[in-house]
Amino acid sequence: MNMTLPKVRVPYLLLLPGFAFLFTFFILPIANLAQTSTQTPISGGDTGQYEQSFAFSNYVNAFLDNREQFARSFVYATLATIFALAIAYPLAYAIAFKAGKFKNILLVLVVAPFFTSFLLRTIAWKQILGEEGFVVPTLRSLHLMGQQTTITSTAVAVVAGMTYNFLPFMTLPLYASLERIDPRTIEAAGDLYANGLTTFRRVTVPLSLPGVVAGTLLTFIPAAGDYVNAAILGSPNTKMIGNVIESRYFKIVDYPTAAALSFTLMAAILILVTLYIRKAGTEELV
Amino acid sequence: MVRGFPKGSRQLVSIDPINARGDLRLTRITKSYGDFKAVDDLTLTIPKGSFFALLGPSGCGKTTTLRMVAGLEEPTVGSIHLGETDITTTRPYQRPINTVFQNYALFPHLTIFENIAFGLRRRGMKDVKEQVDKVLSLVELPHLAQRKPTQLSGGQQQRIALARAIVNRPALLLLDEPLGALDLKLRRQMQIELKWIQREVGLTFVHVTHDQEEAMTMADTIAVMNEGKIEQMGSPADLYDDPETAFVANFLGQSNLIKGKIDGNDGDNLVIDLFGQKISMPKKRSHAVDSSLYAGIRPEKFRISRTGTAVRGNTLTGGRIEDVSYIGVSTQYVVAMPWGQELMVFEQNDDGVPPFDKGEEVIISWEPNFTFGLRGDEDIEAGTEVNPEEIGE
Amino acid sequence: MSTKIKDASIPTIPFKARLSRWFGRNLLRIYMIFGFTYLFIPVAYTFVFSFNDSGKSNLIWKGFTLSNWQNPCGAPQICNALGNSIKIGLLATIFSTILGTMIAFAIGRYQFKGRSSSNLLIFLPMATPEIVLGASLLSLFLVFKINPGFWPTVIAHVMFCISFVVVTVKARIASLDPRLEQAAMDLYANELETFRRVTLPLVAPGIAGAALLAFSLSFDDFIITNFNSGTLITFPKFVYVAAARGIPAQANVIGSSMFFLALAIVIAGQLVNRKKAR
Repeated sequence: MNMTLPKVRVPYLLLLPGFAFLFTFFILPIANLAQTSTQTPISGGDTGQYEQSFAFSNYVNAFLDNREQFARSFVYATLATIFALAIAYPLAYAIAFKAGKFKNILLVLVVAPFFTSFLLRTIAWKQILGEEGFVVPTLRSLHLMGQQTTITSTAVAVVAGMTYNFLPFMTLPLYASLERIDPRTIEAAGDLYANGLTTFRRVTVPLSLPGVVAGTLLTFIPAAGDYVNAAILGSPNTKMIGNVIESRYFKIVDYPTAAALSFTLMAAILILVTLYIRKAGTEELV
Repeated sequence: MVRGFPKGSRQLVSIDPINARGDLRLTRITKSYGDFKAVDDLTLTIPKGSFFALLGPSGCGKTTTLRMVAGLEEPTVGSIHLGETDITTTRPYQRPINTVFQNYALFPHLTIFENIAFGLRRRGMKDVKEQVDKVLSLVELPHLAQRKPTQLSGGQQQRIALARAIVNRPALLLLDEPLGALDLKLRRQMQIELKWIQREVGLTFVHVTHDQEEAMTMADTIAVMNEGKIEQMGSPADLYDDPETAFVANFLGQSNLIKGKIDGNDGDNLVIDLFGQKISMPKKRSHAVDSSLYAGIRPEKFRISRTGTAVRGNTLTGGRIEDVSYIGVSTQYVVAMPWGQELMVFEQNDDGVPPFDKGEEVIISWEPNFTFGLRGDEDIEAGTEVNPEEIGE
Repeated sequence: MSTKIKDASIPTIPFKARLSRWFGRNLLRIYMIFGFTYLFIPVAYTFVFSFNDSGKSNLIWKGFTLSNWQNPCGAPQICNALGNSIKIGLLATIFSTILGTMIAFAIGRYQFKGRSSSNLLIFLPMATPEIVLGASLLSLFLVFKINPGFWPTVIAHVMFCISFVVVTVKARIASLDPRLEQAAMDLYANELETFRRVTLPLVAPGIAGAALLAFSLSFDDFIITNFNSGTLITFPKFVYVAAARGIPAQANVIGSSMFFLALAIVIAGQLVNRKKAR
């Protein structure tokens, strides 16, 4: 072959710049974070000055001090994932199978809200559902809601906000795997004496499982580390682990604890994700 | 499911489509999509136990008809009966009808065994294993039970799709272009096997295809469809020997259609004037409505003789050999006639007569009984080739 | 064309069966309407309140005005923030698209040792919570005494956009028929010409989609930016900070404009694709 480069080297040359970048600005920082997480304050130093002392007790303390926030993060993220799945599945199904020539336009519409800054949308929800919005006064005047009850500043609002914000991440992979299903296999199930529900359970769901796995991961991971929804829609009682990490960094300048918390969060997510993929993988992914 | 409710009790409800048996009757079926009528006022009876083919070009409405029988589409108007049971609006899973889908539609996430067992399990059958094993040996693939569909060749997938359908012992088996994805040799082999299996299991088969050879090889009865209507229905031999329309004459094999006029009667025969030359044909084989008609003759029914030799039967003189193609069992000639038409002639290479040369003057002759007559207002190009727009459906 | 005369000999389908079938067929469509309404409520709210004659705090409807649209930079700092976001977004898009596309070609087109670990390296940043990405990068910058600001933010954005670019472009490469490239070589195009004349034009829509995705991810990012931008204000940061006092209506103007602009780009792209397909 008349090429100036031996062919084996081509892929490595293509990878080199990108991977060098990712190594420097992704792997290295994570390693550095691990290093920071076991530091302790320099005795007599200023705030923000730390030295390495392999204090693994940082992890224990960080976890014990923030058990509640960790638990809350995972509960909220799980709830938001379940709700997003419940809302997105029929939506993705309808676009994949019932939209005909409008398929592409509807797909654009799923992503479109994403183009308005997500902060603006979250704040919009806060104002719509807030004291001065029109929903709460209406419900109160209809006596469907107590005069003291509120929607915002509650766990409900935080979970609802996360559900809303991550909905496109759930819908798109679901759509992608549903759309790949040959509609004739669904017809074949009906032809072979399976009613609508059985067809859904035995054919549609198993065939869309890769999309379900991808969508739940894309929703759960950012939701577990999120703090913006809790900060805007929640109250001090709905603080998630993200809020703690953020304030450790910026307000308290306690880098080791923030690092230890970050690492614990990442490890917990990775373990859960691995378990989840294993579990889903056994159910005969295509 | 409600506990304590006897299994299968739903089947005791007065209407019992799932156990319906008998002839399939379509009554005045129309299926419209907006202004377009895919199927147009179709009435058809398919007798129990027959191998029936719906034959026609892409877009003629044959697949829509099949899907309405399967329950995958609902007719705009009209009714479908299986025996005495009206199944027009019953769901696909409530009909004792199974389909071998185009491209097979095997479930990619299930093994071959589970694919075949699918219908049996849905109906709560007990001896699933036994029945699946039996049908797997019928299609001669018992060793593939634990594979996934993607690990199979096209021919194997085809057999599994067939097995998955017939294991349910349906009253009616629908085949939607089942051999379309196979190569020619495999297709021939499967045609013979399908026919054999149909006799073996004794089910009614309804086969949809655009391949006339496939339909003629397998079916007892063929309905030729065009533009949502049935053009003609009958045994393969009837359709071939006595087509009633130009579409059928051209779609099934090839035909020479010569414009003519009915010139008088001669007993049971008609006398026809073809550009000044008189021929005769049986009255009962004419489908003309007035004195103008097309005389149709299949290319292999023609004989060619050198000018000056004595010939029997109908003759047309003044032809000139335009083109000769030798293809082994026969020789195909294109003969230019004095009125400008080119006729196609297939001569068997069995009489020791040396082939004719290009440019030779010849006489064309044939048995009067082989002539068929079509209406004079027919489009003689109908059915000769598929419209370019229809390709790819 | 179709005759509407009733013919008694044609059997008709009972009304009840038709009704239940209509409902079965359209239930999902009805659901779809509700689903999209839900998705668009805050977008519509943002748009409507961009016309609010609100003064500083855009909380309660006080009357219709066009002045916010006529003067989108009216709120202090807002256009400065917007400009920063656009600059960061463009730079992050360019770098991440180039680096990510190269990786996508390597993984999508070649078999080589370490291919599966390369896939893992691409997957990891997407599986890491944003707060961890942002915090770890900030720690690194602090170790090297680099002050957070414009360039650290660009670097951070490139880092988290690369994976998304790789995934998008790789999907497009995977959907290419390899026979097209073989056909090009058969027709006397060498490797480089094949790439330039056949492969690249066919992958281009995927690259364009990836770039659009990268820009919108970068433009909309708050968490990672918040860690690495120091005192630099970006549009999401502006909104977040302003949220405590009530955001000015000009933010709604900019949010709505971005929405319509992106929508127009995507729809134009779809139309171009459709025309090309004919």
